[in-house]
Amino acid sequence: MADTARLSVRDIRKSFGAHEVLRGISLEARDGDVISVLGASGSGKSTFLRCINLLEIADTGEIWVDGEQIRMAQKGGRNHPASQRQVDHIRSELGMVFQSFNLWSHMTILQNVIEGPVHVLKRPRAACVEEAHALLKKVGIADKADSYPAHLSGGQQQRAAIARALAMKPKVMLFDEPTSALDPELVGEVLRVMRALAEEGMTMLVVTHEMSFARNVSNRVIFMKEGQIESSGAPEAMFGAGASPAFRQFFGHFGG
Amino acid sequence: MDFDFLSSTMVTLIKALPVTLALFALSVSIGCVLALLILWMRVGGNRYLSAFAKAYVFVFRGSPLLIQMFLVFYGLAQFSFIRNGPLWPLLREPFVCAVLSLALCTAGYSAEIFRGGLRSVPPREIEAARSIGMSGFLLVRRIIAPIALRYALPAYSTEVVLMMKSTSLASLVTVWEVTGVAQRLISHSYRTMEVFLCAAAIYLVLNFIVLQAMALLEYSLSRHLRAPRQRARPEA
Repeated sequence: MADTARLSVRDIRKSFGAHEVLRGISLEARDGDVISVLGASGSGKSTFLRCINLLEIADTGEIWVDGEQIRMAQKGGRNHPASQRQVDHIRSELGMVFQSFNLWSHMTILQNVIEGPVHVLKRPRAACVEEAHALLKKVGIADKADSYPAHLSGGQQQRAAIARALAMKPKVMLFDEPTSALDPELVGEVLRVMRALAEEGMTMLVVTHEMSFARNVSNRVIFMKEGQIESSGAPEAMFGAGASPAFRQFFGHFGG
Repeated sequence: MDFDFLSSTMVTLIKALPVTLALFALSVSIGCVLALLILWMRVGGNRYLSAFAKAYVFVFRGSPLLIQMFLVFYGLAQFSFIRNGPLWPLLREPFVCAVLSLALCTAGYSAEIFRGGLRSVPPREIEAARSIGMSGFLLVRRIIAPIALRYALPAYSTEVVLMMKSTSLASLVTVWEVTGVAQRLISHSYRTMEVFLCAAAIYLVLNFIVLQAMALLEYSLSRHLRAPRQRARPEA
């Protein structure tokens, strides 16, 4: 396991019409890596994350999850996953947390959490329910199991969404600006859960504007600019004297 | 008021109730299945099927149900390949023709109602389902259909009530359902007011039951939209 990357992305490119959003992104995440992806809005960081679990389809490039390459095929002149079955399988191994939570509004929190394990992984319901309660306790909303998403605060909904992703026992967790839609006073409770996950050794890729998280929790920081990785490195180096001028300027906007 | 006449009329009309109910139940359930098929064609991504579905909806929504029923009942017999075909023993039955035209018509309306429900499903919730590895029928069954059904239900319950009332048109193709029997009673007794009032009362009671059932279904599918029961709490 030490040798194979949990997640490996090679030279991903993606255009929307004439606009090239990703211009050759490569990245490798090993077991336990916590990688923060920073960048101004429009730098392509969310698109990059969405390409990894195929919510967007990259035009070219390779994606490997835990040693398995996602097979692509050309269809009508466009790049396309070769097998929906493989896509489903890969997605079930990648936990995704969205900016706007995206919980299923017609299900209780508990139902949201067990939905994937029961219906996608086909595991016995009783065991899933037990695990779901443990996960909800872990993210601090054990008492909300029977509530519906609309009855929870944003911070609680996002923690429920994290529990839902964790219930799939993912190999890598992808976070797409998980705190950007939250009121400032609710950001902390979500970041605490994410920090605890990182400390447990979860492999995480986090698109974020939270500089303190990038600096103190992640072991690698990637700075994206205009669809490319402008600079990357350990947080000490990135936020220290060796920072690139572009990152220094970006970081300056956040009062660092 | 002639209560003897009213009660004997009521008894006669209620004897025709099974025919009305059978027309209603068969046409609504066949129409619902057809509507799902048309909806699938409409949104499935195939250009030709989608065009067919659009044309279907246009024709069956755009022309009067009574004319559709006459076309099925009187029109089909003009084609010798139908008259000599294997389905003729069925298609020459007035009851079958009535069910067929009612089902074809409601399928057009229902397909549009279901499409409206489908379009109301938040794309983000679909995306979340995809992100855990759902696709195809599983995605439809677990996420899309339940949400779409909830949004479509108010409009669909109106359509179902309209169908209950539309069964009365079957009397015009000689099906002896409640309205047809009422007309026959009038032709014997010439007491239009009493007989039609009795018939109207029957339809009112039937639709009251249908609407109550639909409201109950809507209520049970709306738990997530109500305030939590334990304690009244200001909404976030």
